[in-house]
Amino acid sequence: MFPDEFDYYEATSVDEAIDLLAEHSGAETELLAGGHSLLPAMKSGLSSPDVLIDVGGIDDLHGVSVDGDTLVVGAMTSYSDLLDADAAHKHAPAFAAAVGQVGDEQVRNRGTIGGNLAHADPASDLPGAALASDATIVAEGPNGEREIPIDDYFFGMYATALDPGELVTRVEIPSAAGAAGAYAKKPSPSSGYAMVGIAALVETDGGTVTSARVGANGVLDHGVRLEAVEEALVGGSLDQESIEAAAAVATDGIDEAMMMSDLQASAEFRATLLEAYTKRALRATAENAAPRAAD
Amino acid sequence: MTEHDITLTVNGTEHDLTVEARTLLAHALRDELGYTGTNIGCESSLCGACTVHLDGEAVKSCTALAVQADGAEIRTVEGLADGDELHAIQRAFQEEHGLQCGYCTPGMMMTSVELLKENPNPTREEIREGLEGNLCRCTGYQNIVNAVENAAESLRSGAVADGGTVADDPTADDPTTTDGGESK
Repeated sequence: MFPDEFDYYEATSVDEAIDLLAEHSGAETELLAGGHSLLPAMKSGLSSPDVLIDVGGIDDLHGVSVDGDTLVVGAMTSYSDLLDADAAHKHAPAFAAAVGQVGDEQVRNRGTIGGNLAHADPASDLPGAALASDATIVAEGPNGEREIPIDDYFFGMYATALDPGELVTRVEIPSAAGAAGAYAKKPSPSSGYAMVGIAALVETDGGTVTSARVGANGVLDHGVRLEAVEEALVGGSLDQESIEAAAAVATDGIDEAMMMSDLQASAEFRATLLEAYTKRALRATAENAAPRAAD
Repeated sequence: MTEHDITLTVNGTEHDLTVEARTLLAHALRDELGYTGTNIGCESSLCGACTVHLDGEAVKSCTALAVQADGAEIRTVEGLADGDELHAIQRAFQEEHGLQCGYCTPGMMMTSVELLKENPNPTREEIREGLEGNLCRCTGYQNIVNAVENAAESLRSGAVADGGTVADDPTADDPTTTDGGESK
């Protein structure tokens, strides 16, 4: 299976990528990162860009580092490279947990964090975790750099706040070294994509939940925070009873008519999964909180 | 349509070739260079039959453009054996009946080699997780897991040729340590 013909350009710097995007703005142009969403779409004919600009090799966009209280993830960092970085597990436990659930080893070796978030597949594992982690998407375009809070980032299926002339350069995640996180998903038996995936990041003080962020993917046509669950958790303890109570409101504020409904799962089934996997994610978070508290 | 001159070093042998931008790495290896041990299965990055090592990492070569691999070191299943001497993973698949039709086997072995490099003593569960991206429709996986366990044990005890994959060998990924490619 071949993709349709296209012109290929390799950008060696962010500036060059932005220039190439501007130069080819009249054509259907796609940025190529790890290619694990784009190339399958091109091979199956769902996407037929005229121009591909390969940004995967831009050195400045690779790597995981810590800047003060912020974990900085270069957009072209592969899933595997993030998982190899101890700082990612320490400062972004929910995000790292979700990254570990993406695809399989070979996919994680190629696919990138920035590529995933720019593509914004609602059934991917990262949107919920990015929301739970309060990430900031940093993008660069002809007018310079701008920061997009994750709560303003996801618009819909494959639609984000990014402008066509921009590329994601890094993802910044505020350190959650004092919190516990987890990700629980119901994968599609065939594709492994999330029918429902829940990421939770919970901070406790003396056994009381002081803050909670819970994000879901696979449910709506974009990642969404489960604010009713978050509110139910804060002020309580992360025990079995409060987890049950919080998960019970998982669908509150989510219009079932807007829920994804497809061959994999009806909207009604997704609503059931949403509660069940919220419970699983919170239970796993509580289990992860114990060893962190002992540190 | 754009064409590109690229260089691929496959199993230690450097190849210069001209490819269309849309040429997939799997097709460049098979159709342009004759490394037909790399199979193409699902064409959608799910089955793993096309797995090769790209700069030391297992990747699905049906989901990478050949131009993206320009300048890279690639290892295919042909690069596992050292002359007539099978790699530990190949011997283990043979001994444990880790294959029936054999279509998935090159990819299974390439993924297994990376798995054992990162984790020389995996549990059965870790082997199953590590091979999540490789599908087999014959064996039911039991004998594949047995084969990877067998190879792990052989490699740890140093009882068999490592084919350049022992974890603590700094030259492990240096394709010049095998002659699988040169003999082509």
